[in-house]
Amino acid sequence: MTTNRRDFIKISALGTAGLIWGIWNTRAGALAGMAEKAAGSPGWLSPADMKITPTYCEICFWKCAGWVHKNDRDEIWKITGNAKDPNCDGRFCPRGTGGVGMYHDGDRLKTPLIRTEERGMQTFREASWDEALQYIADKLAQIKAEHGPECTALFTHGSGGKYFTRLLKGYGSDNVAAPSYAQCRGPREVAFYATFGMGLDSPENTDIRDTRCLVLIGSHLGENMHNGQVQEMSDAIDKGATIITVDPRYSTAASKSKYWLPIKPATDLALLLAWMHVIIKEERYDKAYVEQYTYGFEQLKAHVEPFTPEWAYGITTLHPQVIRETAREMAAAAPAVIVHPGRHVTWYGDDTQRLRAVAILNALLGAWGRRGGFYMVESPEVPAPELPPFPVPTRNWRMALKGKYALADLALANGLCDATIPTPDLDCSIKGWIVNGTNLMETLPDRANTIKAIQNLDLMVVVDTMPMEITGWADVVLPECTYLERYDALRDTHHRVPVIALRMPAAEPKYDSKPAYWMARELSKKMNLLQYFPFETMEEELDHELQQMGTSLKEMQQIGVKVFDKQSPLYFAEGEEVTFDTPTGKIELYSTYFADAGFDPMPVYTPHPEPPEGFYRLNYGRAPMHTFSRTVNNPNLHDLMEENTLWVNPKTAKLHDLTNGQQVWLENQDGIISSFPIKVRITERIRWDSVYMVHGFGNNSAKLSRAHGRGASDTELVTRVMMDPIMGGTGMRGNFVTFRTSGREEVQS
Amino acid sequence: MRYAMAIDTKKCVGCSDCVVACQTENNVPLGYARDWIREINQGVYPHLHMEIRSERCNHCDNSPCVRSCPTGASHYEEGGIVKVTKNKCIGCSACIVSCPYDARYIHPDGYVDKCTFCDHRLKKGELPACVSVCPTKCMYFGDLDNPESEISQLLNKRLHKVLIPEAGTGPRVYFLH
Repeated sequence: MTTNRRDFIKISALGTAGLIWGIWNTRAGALAGMAEKAAGSPGWLSPADMKITPTYCEICFWKCAGWVHKNDRDEIWKITGNAKDPNCDGRFCPRGTGGVGMYHDGDRLKTPLIRTEERGMQTFREASWDEALQYIADKLAQIKAEHGPECTALFTHGSGGKYFTRLLKGYGSDNVAAPSYAQCRGPREVAFYATFGMGLDSPENTDIRDTRCLVLIGSHLGENMHNGQVQEMSDAIDKGATIITVDPRYSTAASKSKYWLPIKPATDLALLLAWMHVIIKEERYDKAYVEQYTYGFEQLKAHVEPFTPEWAYGITTLHPQVIRETAREMAAAAPAVIVHPGRHVTWYGDDTQRLRAVAILNALLGAWGRRGGFYMVESPEVPAPELPPFPVPTRNWRMALKGKYALADLALANGLCDATIPTPDLDCSIKGWIVNGTNLMETLPDRANTIKAIQNLDLMVVVDTMPMEITGWADVVLPECTYLERYDALRDTHHRVPVIALRMPAAEPKYDSKPAYWMARELSKKMNLLQYFPFETMEEELDHELQQMGTSLKEMQQIGVKVFDKQSPLYFAEGEEVTFDTPTGKIELYSTYFADAGFDPMPVYTPHPEPPEGFYRLNYGRAPMHTFSRTVNNPNLHDLMEENTLWVNPKTAKLHDLTNGQQVWLENQDGIISSFPIKVRITERIRWDSVYMVHGFGNNSAKLSRAHGRGASDTELVTRVMMDPIMGGTGMRGNFVTFRTSGREEVQS
Repeated sequence: MRYAMAIDTKKCVGCSDCVVACQTENNVPLGYARDWIREINQGVYPHLHMEIRSERCNHCDNSPCVRSCPTGASHYEEGGIVKVTKNKCIGCSACIVSCPYDARYIHPDGYVDKCTFCDHRLKKGELPACVSVCPTKCMYFGDLDNPESEISQLLNKRLHKVLIPEAGTGPRVYFLH
């Protein structure tokens, strides 16, 4: 154990006056913990002795803290929310409640596997852990010797990624990417950073609970079950808040709204500009706030002058009167108004600019830093493990982008995928992938491109709990135990209060599965990198951290969640001096950051391609009981929704002679035909110019006994990707499909 | 004591958490459910209305299932909860046919099963599993005989309905709108 400990935790309060430090002297507690351990008695509890154990959910990034209950036979029975956790307020969502199914699923990966035939065929032989890990260590050593360690990448989603990141950095590569960035929320982070000097992260700092007006643009809260936000939307409904929903589909949220704006798809930016026009023209913006906190108002005013509601009418098909009324409604509620930034925002390639428009609108209304708008967060800082410095890579993911996507602040999963396909001008194409908990076949657009990249690899390792399709492409598959069977790093959450939550196992790992921490540490032994894993077990590492935070593993095992006092205010005080982390120190309505990088300093509307005759825009979204393809085989969640359906407007159905429940295959603009058919759902809830399906279905892995071939995959039809020039987001809503009554030739034979 | 439930259709998003919470709490076998979600759509694009309801046994005051049960397995318990005594049930399905709400099913073990308002939890002072888990807090449960209870107050001040009132069963699951 290292002795270089820090006896405090740091609370960072971005947004008010920079950083504020809160210091707790916990030396006594830490020393007591050390003494106890030195005496050979760690003092923490064993799951076998506990009827209920704390956890935080792994089914989505919201990571609600809860309790795992065992029945009379000491088997895992049910999961409930932890009432102390602000992420869930004691209530799990259906996915979290159904998390038990992940543990019980008989299709789980059971032993390490090594590929015996060509990639993609799911043909493996069972291997021991020692053999599988030695295989990986040898290959990584070979890649390092032949190409350099930078030619290795980690794709990750979920808690285990932390340990593989540590391993990869120790090995000499920082090519670590999560598809949750460039395939999901990246544009929004960059846009809000450019405007307010900080991103939104998770959970978003939206003060929905106290808002008087919530504006949702393509964001379908209630179907996207981000627990705290859905709960707060419900609170807001109770308090009589106005909801304005902009969506070509009559979403669940639309059905709760005072105003539903059934916008023509791909025209949202025109609406946002028209809203700004009305708010400025009618002088309904927050004058004092704009005066004190913002930069570039005059430029913005001149910029939006031509964008009248009448101009937007022709583009969006929304009546000018509705545009004016909704703008006035927002202004009347201001500053308790939220123009919600959404989450999956990689739609049309100009997404960062669209999200800039959202951010600017919030700034005009004075919502940032105000009650009912956006509150100011504070994170508990969990002490980082004291590790030797990582070697500095000579090349990394940014170089592989060759100067493009200059404002990307995290690695792009699609960029790393592209960098794996050798090109003449790339000096280091990537040779090794470690894929942790993300089914890249479904998360990255353009499946054929992903397969092409994989075929160029010297090593492909997949760590997962389930035989997802991506495992079929691996050389080595490592079976991870589920979150109900392992410890993980503390969840540290910035919410209205700083919070930490503990995950501990409720049961021993089933089969021959192992926690990711154990895998990474065992690999580190074989790679001479053990110095990056100073603690033999997660328990020791956790207790070491918790002692420094004034608590202990034992205490956390009994309470699950610990809330710290907030040191800084939630909202700006009246007239408070605030410096924003932007080049001008102000909220930038005119972005000097974008201008300097050569991008439009204020958002400009550009029309996007329209579907050709007989084709319909493919829109996709979420269902409340599933998280992407990750949950579709979960027996409990499969029971709630077994397959997706294709939403088709009755007019469209009539044109194509479709009947309700009929199975159709889809063909996109590039001639790609879906692997599986999907059932038609004829409904008035979708515009006639688009179709809709829930993402995550149509799984190709035959080893998923429930999910295989159920419904269709939107991902395989997303072959036209509209790249965001600013940060490399993959716009995926520019694909058009038509209906077929038969599948591909090879599928039929 | 008269137990009742109210569901605020203005808040329910139809996420099915009530369904899966009931299934795990009560060990309902997969493929079966004691509660379910119904979505009713009306209108033509873009003039639409949707009501989402979490539905279950209505624990009727005048229950056809209790009346039609030949063995007395279906019966009322304290607070008006309609229950089935497993080992008295012969699985004849008379109750299933008589229920206008289709709230009952035959358990794979041969007896008829249905919502119990989680009476095992009520006895411990806990709310039914579905109510306790609901992320939108759209479900209310309590005693109609107590005018001070939250549910009595809500039903006093909010517009509400019951399902299929013409069946005359006196349902005690209310839908606020």
